Amino acid sequence: MNMIPAAEKAFKPADYKSTVKPVWCPGCGDHSVLLAFQRALAELALPPEEVAVVSGIGCSSRIPAYTNCYGFHGVHGRSLALASGLKVARPDLTVLVASGDGDGFSIGGNHFLHACRRNIDLTYVVMDNRIYGMTKGQPSPTTEPDWDTAIAPGGTGLSPFHPLVIALASGANFIARGFSGDVGGCARLIVEAIKTPGFSFVQILSPCVTFRKDQQKAWKTLVHEAIVPETDDPARAARRLMTDDGFNVGVLYRGKRQPYQPKPLASFAPSHLESEFAV
Amino acid sequence: MTRSIPSTSLSIALTGSGGAGVMTAGQTLLDAAASCGFYGLMTRSTGPQIRGGEAAAMIRLSSKPVQSPGDRFDILLALDFENIQRFAAELPLDSASLIVADSAAGEMPGFLKDSGAAVGLVPMAKLAKGVPGGRVSMIALGVLARLLGLPESAIVAAVAASIGRKKPEALAASEKAVLIGAEAAPQVSVAKLAQPSAPSQRRWSITGNEATGFGALKGGVKFVGGYPITPATEILEWMAHALPQCGGVLMQAEDELASINMIIGASYGGAPSLTATAGPGLSLMIESLGLAVAAEIPLVVVDVMRSGPSTGIATKSEQSDLNIAVYGLHGDAPHVVTAPLSVADCLVTAQWSVHLAESLQTPVIMLSDQSLGQARVVIDRPDDVVFPTKRLVPEGPVDGYERYVLTESGVSPMAVPGFAGGQHTADGLTHNARGAPSSQASDHVGQLDKRQRKLDAFDFGERWAEIDGEGELAVLTWGSSSEPLREAIAEARACGVKVKRIALRLIAPAQPARLAAALAGVKRVLVVEQSHAGQFWRYLRANYDLPADVVPIRCPGPLPIRPGEAFAHIQEGARA
Repeated sequence: MNMIPAAEKAFKPADYKSTVKPVWCPGCGDHSVLLAFQRALAELALPPEEVAVVSGIGCSSRIPAYTNCYGFHGVHGRSLALASGLKVARPDLTVLVASGDGDGFSIGGNHFLHACRRNIDLTYVVMDNRIYGMTKGQPSPTTEPDWDTAIAPGGTGLSPFHPLVIALASGANFIARGFSGDVGGCARLIVEAIKTPGFSFVQILSPCVTFRKDQQKAWKTLVHEAIVPETDDPARAARRLMTDDGFNVGVLYRGKRQPYQPKPLASFAPSHLESEFAV
Repeated sequence: MTRSIPSTSLSIALTGSGGAGVMTAGQTLLDAAASCGFYGLMTRSTGPQIRGGEAAAMIRLSSKPVQSPGDRFDILLALDFENIQRFAAELPLDSASLIVADSAAGEMPGFLKDSGAAVGLVPMAKLAKGVPGGRVSMIALGVLARLLGLPESAIVAAVAASIGRKKPEALAASEKAVLIGAEAAPQVSVAKLAQPSAPSQRRWSITGNEATGFGALKGGVKFVGGYPITPATEILEWMAHALPQCGGVLMQAEDELASINMIIGASYGGAPSLTATAGPGLSLMIESLGLAVAAEIPLVVVDVMRSGPSTGIATKSEQSDLNIAVYGLHGDAPHVVTAPLSVADCLVTAQWSVHLAESLQTPVIMLSDQSLGQARVVIDRPDDVVFPTKRLVPEGPVDGYERYVLTESGVSPMAVPGFAGGQHTADGLTHNARGAPSSQASDHVGQLDKRQRKLDAFDFGERWAEIDGEGELAVLTWGSSSEPLREAIAEARACGVKVKRIALRLIAPAQPARLAAALAGVKRVLVVEQSHAGQFWRYLRANYDLPADVVPIRCPGPLPIRPGEAFAHIQEGARA
């Protein structure tokens, strides 16, 4: 994170809210994630114009327009690439990326691997509801194998994808999980994610109240604070994530990798290079 | 009408197995000739192999500026005959040509025998073995220097410049090999190059891909995201070293989906941005190019075209990505498509493309191709061109900022992050003036109108095309086909044919009023392009009023359009 001003200016969560009304269903977990974004940014006192929120396509990816920050609502699955270009070109900005389990893990899966590997100073928040909501209920990479849908009657029969394990294996520097039912907890995780240099991945379990009516109630009882403290040891983190029940919330891994940030070497005029071509 | 064979140029092909040093030797020959005051062009032809395949360096030297391949080769120097038959169609030889081959190369392939060319055998491999550290390609350069009348010292100086004087032993071996090769040159008379007059201005040796990179840099590009692909990679490699010296950075992406999105992000952040790719990569970028249109993000995508469809021939040229560049995007998505008219023109066209993207806040696709990008030319130093490039941004404090406000020009001030009060969400969703998502017809049409107006209202100036000559016959062409046509037309005019030349540098948006003015009085139009399907011809038919008498001349890749072939078409077209 870069832009904590020397003389801290007071910001309220409402300073990060836009006037655009969310399209989300009443009760959707994403409303809470939006609140958590606002609280986290206020907590960090980041001027809204120095924050960019980048997203792809899906319910969760609607979030940029609901903030009063700079935003980019791009194409499906490519938010991390767009955010990477923005952050490398503008290292002074705080760049948050919002995604969902379909956008981030399916169509955008390759970019997820490479964003973790590159370790650019981004905060990546994936609102995981284990379903494609915007297209009305198809299985995503995190959907249970027996979840019955019109496109996969009787279930996909496929094991869900484990995004946290993949993030760790691919080099993400910060890995956390939150539950949208706890706005304060999510805000704290986002604050930590922004403050930790490098690529920070926060999975937020964010129930879909329309196509996964089971989730909200069940997840409320299933989530629990991680019983072991955070670690900076990838081997410990790997063991822990591999045996994770999917409902541990908190900071699960915080590494020490240096972020990737290519820098210009000089600022010559292009004519400086002309001699390369002279006969 | 008979064709006057230009006596000011000589064409030399140097072939050998991949990895034998053919390309390096070709460039050394070009460098040496340049140091003696010659202009020149070197194109490359290779098989798909990395090493061990076939390679041909095709060089044309001239005492006058030259950027088109010639019609035939005066000299073919074959280091071996392995796989040389694969170049049969690319190496036109005749009874006035000379083939220099290794005495130990074995049976000469039929197409070479059938050409009627004179043959000179030199034991090049054996001579190279006699020099410790000597290479056969250096023997070959000595042979060529003697045949062409270039001083061996010029070759040695070019080798020294290329391998550096830090390796005195290698340089000494090369010098010895060059001198031995020169002495062993066949005693046959080849048309020698007329000595050029001393250059009146500085000269450059530059490839189309380097010129593209340099032009982009001059245009103000500060960010490049890219993924390796033949034949565009050299743009990325050149920029990777050049950009950081001029205040920018390059990032290698995981794929083309990422590279286009990286440059969208960087440009949104305020950095003029570019990527370079070829057809397969452009195909992957298309969805995000639509995003850049809708969200009004300036950027340049250079497509160095190669033979398609699909993987096609990655190492050989074709002008067959016009359709995807113009029509590939879904929805109504006005954007700009440009095309450099020569290797040297890659410089100004890239610079102009950046200018157009920044001025219009829209993506520009620049259609270069392999025959331009991977060709090296020796040219007079191009004149410096300055464009008034400036992205329109909000000035001073703003109240109630609207990113996509409807303006007369269609261009709206674009706030970049960091500017207080300019916060907005750039969006691929249909949006209102503020940028907020909207599905209302009025917003949709208002924004469609605005984006179209940007292109309709913009004055693209005289640079949209190169036009010269008068006549009832016109040749209409674009991009890399322009140089062979220029040469053919010059010859036709020398033979008394009145023909007008129109070469389009701006493909989209179409400029109907300008072309109508250019075609005033023209009765017949020859449309010449390197595409099997006649993509350019069909594009013209769809967007322009042309005279009734239009003759499409569709030349599929990968063979280059040669001036003689173009001349024959003009000759035919000039008949009533």
